Amino acid sequence: MLQIINMYVNGRREELAVDIRESLLETLRERLNLTSVKKGCGVGECGACTVLVDGVAVDACLYLTMWAEGKHILTTEGLKSPTGELNPIQQAFVDEAAVQCGFCTPGLIMTAVELMGKGRKYTREELRKEIAGHLCRCTGYENILNALEKVVGYPKEQGGE
Amino acid sequence: MYDIERYIEAVSVEDAIQHLKADPDASVISGGTDVLVRLRSGKGVGGTLVSIHEIPELHGVDRLLDGTLVIGPATCFSDLAKDPLIRSCVPYLGEAVETVGGPQIRNMGTIGGNLCNGATSADSAAVMQTLNARLVLQGPDGSREVPVTEFYLGPGKTVRRRDEILTAILIEAKDYLGFTGCYIKYGKRKAMEIATLGCCVRVKLGPAPEDSGEGPGTENGGGQDPAALQTQNAAGPKSRIIRDIRIGYGVAAPTPIRCYKTENLLRGRSASDPSIYELIGEHVLEEVQPRSSWRASKEFRLQLIAELARRALREAMLSSLGNSLLDQTSAG
Amino acid sequence: MESVGKSMKRVDARGKVTGEARYANDLKPKNCLTAKVVHATIANGRVLSIDTSEAEKVPGVVKIVTCFDVPDIEFPTAGHPWSVEPAHQDIADRKLLNERVRLYGDDIAAIVATDNVACERAERLLKISYEEYDPIVTVDEALSPGATPLHPNLRKDNVLLHTSFRSGELGEIDYEQAKEKAAQKYGADQLLEQTGVYKTARIAHCHIELATSWAYVDTNGKVTVTSSTQIPHIMRRVISQALGWPVGKIRVIKPYIGGGFGNKQDILYEPLNAYLTIACGGRPVELEISREECMVSTRTRHAVRGEVKALYTRDGKLLARTMDEYSNGGAYASHGHAITASIATIFKDLYHDEYGCRSDATTVYTSSATAGAMRAYGVPQAVFIADCLVDDICAAGGFDPLKFRMDNCVGAGFSASNGITYYSYSMKECMRRGAEAIGWEEKRKAYEGQTGPVRHGVGMSIFMYKVGVHPISLETSSARMILNQDGSMQVELSATEIGQGADTVFTQMASEITGITPDRVYIVSTQDTDLSPFDTGAYASRQTFVTGKAVKKCGIEFRKKILDYASYMLDRPAEELMIWQNRICEKLPEDESTKIDPAAVWADFPDVDFKPFDLKDLPNGEDSILRDTGNIEGRPGKALLDMKDLAQTAFYSLSRSEHITAEVTSHCKENSFASGCSFVDLTVDMPLGKVKINRIINVHDSGRLINPQLAQAQVHGGMAMGIGYALSEELLYDAKGRPLNDNLLDFKIPTAMDIPDLETIFLELDDPMGPFGNKALGEPPVISVAPAIRNAILNATGVAMNELPMTPQRLVEAFKEKGLI
Repeated sequence: MLQIINMYVNGRREELAVDIRESLLETLRERLNLTSVKKGCGVGECGACTVLVDGVAVDACLYLTMWAEGKHILTTEGLKSPTGELNPIQQAFVDEAAVQCGFCTPGLIMTAVELMGKGRKYTREELRKEIAGHLCRCTGYENILNALEKVVGYPKEQGGE
Repeated sequence: MYDIERYIEAVSVEDAIQHLKADPDASVISGGTDVLVRLRSGKGVGGTLVSIHEIPELHGVDRLLDGTLVIGPATCFSDLAKDPLIRSCVPYLGEAVETVGGPQIRNMGTIGGNLCNGATSADSAAVMQTLNARLVLQGPDGSREVPVTEFYLGPGKTVRRRDEILTAILIEAKDYLGFTGCYIKYGKRKAMEIATLGCCVRVKLGPAPEDSGEGPGTENGGGQDPAALQTQNAAGPKSRIIRDIRIGYGVAAPTPIRCYKTENLLRGRSASDPSIYELIGEHVLEEVQPRSSWRASKEFRLQLIAELARRALREAMLSSLGNSLLDQTSAG
Repeated sequence: MESVGKSMKRVDARGKVTGEARYANDLKPKNCLTAKVVHATIANGRVLSIDTSEAEKVPGVVKIVTCFDVPDIEFPTAGHPWSVEPAHQDIADRKLLNERVRLYGDDIAAIVATDNVACERAERLLKISYEEYDPIVTVDEALSPGATPLHPNLRKDNVLLHTSFRSGELGEIDYEQAKEKAAQKYGADQLLEQTGVYKTARIAHCHIELATSWAYVDTNGKVTVTSSTQIPHIMRRVISQALGWPVGKIRVIKPYIGGGFGNKQDILYEPLNAYLTIACGGRPVELEISREECMVSTRTRHAVRGEVKALYTRDGKLLARTMDEYSNGGAYASHGHAITASIATIFKDLYHDEYGCRSDATTVYTSSATAGAMRAYGVPQAVFIADCLVDDICAAGGFDPLKFRMDNCVGAGFSASNGITYYSYSMKECMRRGAEAIGWEEKRKAYEGQTGPVRHGVGMSIFMYKVGVHPISLETSSARMILNQDGSMQVELSATEIGQGADTVFTQMASEITGITPDRVYIVSTQDTDLSPFDTGAYASRQTFVTGKAVKKCGIEFRKKILDYASYMLDRPAEELMIWQNRICEKLPEDESTKIDPAAVWADFPDVDFKPFDLKDLPNGEDSILRDTGNIEGRPGKALLDMKDLAQTAFYSLSRSEHITAEVTSHCKENSFASGCSFVDLTVDMPLGKVKINRIINVHDSGRLINPQLAQAQVHGGMAMGIGYALSEELLYDAKGRPLNDNLLDFKIPTAMDIPDLETIFLELDDPMGPFGNKALGEPPVISVAPAIRNAILNATGVAMNELPMTPQRLVEAFKEKGLI
């Protein structure tokens, strides 16, 4: 039941033999060792496995690998600059103490990268809606929102509205 | 891994139908957010998946010359919500699908899947009911159109046959022009939620019969110029009547429903009549059949059904009349 | 202080934001087999037979083991330090797989295969027959006459344990006698009574990482388990008990973990995982359970019912309280009665009753999910009961809940019956600050006499929380420090980083004591029981306090060894030297103005007789809460030697080569109380049963904060968990004991849209017992949130909600009953 698939993962072209039954979550973790893609539920309820497919955030657990043919996949591993500098959203997560156990973190960062790609600013309430597909049990979302506001929010002094 | 034996990437609708016809264990997968969850729970395992995920003609929204909106069933919720035609013609549909799950699910799940899963709790269901949407089903023997109000057979059951593909969702101009509307999803959480209840109320206001010569209850909005309607609305609520009203529910019965009797009762009433809110709340209760489950009791759902009708009506009226309504009534 | 008290960035933040931090399942080898647990489909009964013949034919299946195959050994699972006294040992009441089925979903078999689909297909082909008994899902069912005892070899009925705690005169006389005495003293017409029955829900921890492990048998014959656990060393002991293997043949590795909240302070499927790899000839086997299994087959928070009574005077003096409390312990003992005892204790101690308090508590076995440790270990339940009662008293008696609490709450210098003493006491100051921040007086006034369907309310609740488990149980911890060739240092501990920031605060502590800057302190995050010194792990909000002492003690010894070597190199007495910012410096006499208070170092000398004190007793009054606890006596003078040069010489000197290391055990015999409160302002939309939290403020006295930014983040998380506990979280079962909502869609933990902005206030009062003046912080933030919300709803609507969670349906039902909608 193996089939050859071609896709671009973190900018690199990959030609892989995959099982047709695989989710993108499994392919990225098991075949490409991209373990930032976390499994928290397997049914799209927690958001820990969020990756970008052609710039759009999806739950990799509910995305058949077969659908990825020809597509561009981005995971957290693909965000650092070639010399190791953090992406601004990664840095904001560090600075704002938005990380605790860290298990939901890569998925949230991918949603944030999707937002950055849209080239607009968000209010705090809009950001709450944009990250509502990620469950976090450690942070109460407070510092995550602070980190996001730093990068894709309105400057604080403008009141955010 | 998902327990399937075969996977087929259909290249066209016809191709998908051929495969479905040929293989009795084959079923359709589009966005995957329902189908894969079912498979994981051990239901329908060991069969063939025919994917329509990558068929371009099933994506996007279009408008025909007669104003009919054509929604591609494989359009995901987030694309639907931001589509300019949806935002201008049926914004409440966009708002409704913006309440599905969370952002990632909305990037994956499709409007067609939301209908075809047959769930009364589907977030588009109540709105689709009020839009009199027509569903185009294509099978091995050709194509047929089914009104969404006749689409559901029971919980999780629709008239769609296993080898049919939903190829388009049609909404005629007469069903959206001149209407304002509101969809309220009631859930225990504000996101990642299955609706405890969904209520959509849409109204079309117009001049009172003595002003316009038109009787109430007409549904000939098809050719009406939206700009003219707005001018009429600007005349103020005192002289406005409810020319048309549509009330749709999800989870108020085993399938999504319309409340035709209540609609008939309210049609023709003055927009400034404060009693319409009590009326809608009272009368919808006679048309619904909510069930008790561990998610919510029947009594609680009845409370929500009445309260949400009042609030959705009020919101729909506000969209038509603006804040002048606030001075006219004290309902809500 | 140089490092402690600073908001240093997390040492693991970079690894976590880049996705490079490895968790248990990320480390499994490529050829790993997959295991799946088979769960019973009855709630109470016995497995008669399991026919595996068809299942074994499924391609890919490697091994199927059933409850008839596993060793006949019952073992305990609690993440407690082992007790050497048999009477205090944890209850051993389960096997790796159980023939006797005690809950729907009990573990009866396991399948190992090459992939999950093969496991699932095989599971569907198992033929299982049962003998079925009536399910006893609730406490009432389990206690009813004729209910099947779930553990007949341990208990004749389903009472796991009953205890009765008493304080004050209620230790001698009963409530009615106290009432008579009070009537004589105050006059019968001056007495009022309040009764209530308050219930809390069973909830799941919902750490986002599943409970997961993988295991193999190493070439040296050791079964090696990599697990997502809070307690690697305890796990090693329990696996040894469960398999009947010597401890030395077990190795547990704990990498980063994706949250625990107490669920991973229990041994879950790791012993079975160890057994399965042995059964497969030592091949690596992963056992990652599903989210559904995580919800109902691991541990849960105890659902409790408290029946309470209080006697008080018309002018608001609390005279006596009683509680009869029942905890639903589920099918297996897990932590036994310890959590229920904690509920009873805190209920009793949180308020001062003139005649005392009687607090009876019972843990009951039922055929439902096993209850175990969860953040704050019963105290959220205790405080919900205690503070519902207080606000009901206030509503009935016409008292201001803030004033009533000020007048009746536990006082300064309180010493519990087990000796734990409130040293740094700030309960009332916490209340004052919270009340001021939320605008208590104005809001209580503004919200009087509301009408209409949408109403506003403000409410509060208070808590106290002991630090660690001494003297109820053992508190012991080891630390090891090693000097590297470049003058940096390694820190090795078995206190675990579980997301709370332990690695970071230990780095700060080590830096503080040694004078080596935090960037040169390398803490080993992974625990490996073959390498890491012993510690019992992450629980009881103990680590900064208990392990902190080990770090401090080890640091002092390590520093001394460095200075001894410096003394040799510089040919100067060690007493004249100190380490400051990676340099050996001359030590100058301490500046009088920055001289540290002796109380600060008493923690190093636990035998010093210590007098409880209130803020006002401190030398400088309230200002003294800013008092520093420096650990380096003296101040740095001229720099004499770089640590790098010292280290190089120490390693490679031909005349005196010395590898500078230190390793200590710290047996902690001290304890204190942390305390604080929650204030909530909210709006209730009564026709829809919706509660909107406008403001929520948590005030905490956790002593000196080691890292204020991380402390605040901890509080945020606890507050969010408390909001879920208050409004939406409950694991539901049907009458047959089948779980109804064992997934993250139907079990409602809050999303970002359900949580308001979270406000925090800290009182940094040095505690003389803490190694750096610090006290418990990890668990307390969750405690007082739910009762504060409940009391705000009472303030808004006049409706007393006596059961958690306060779901829209429950609210609507209550408002209808009161004729409000």
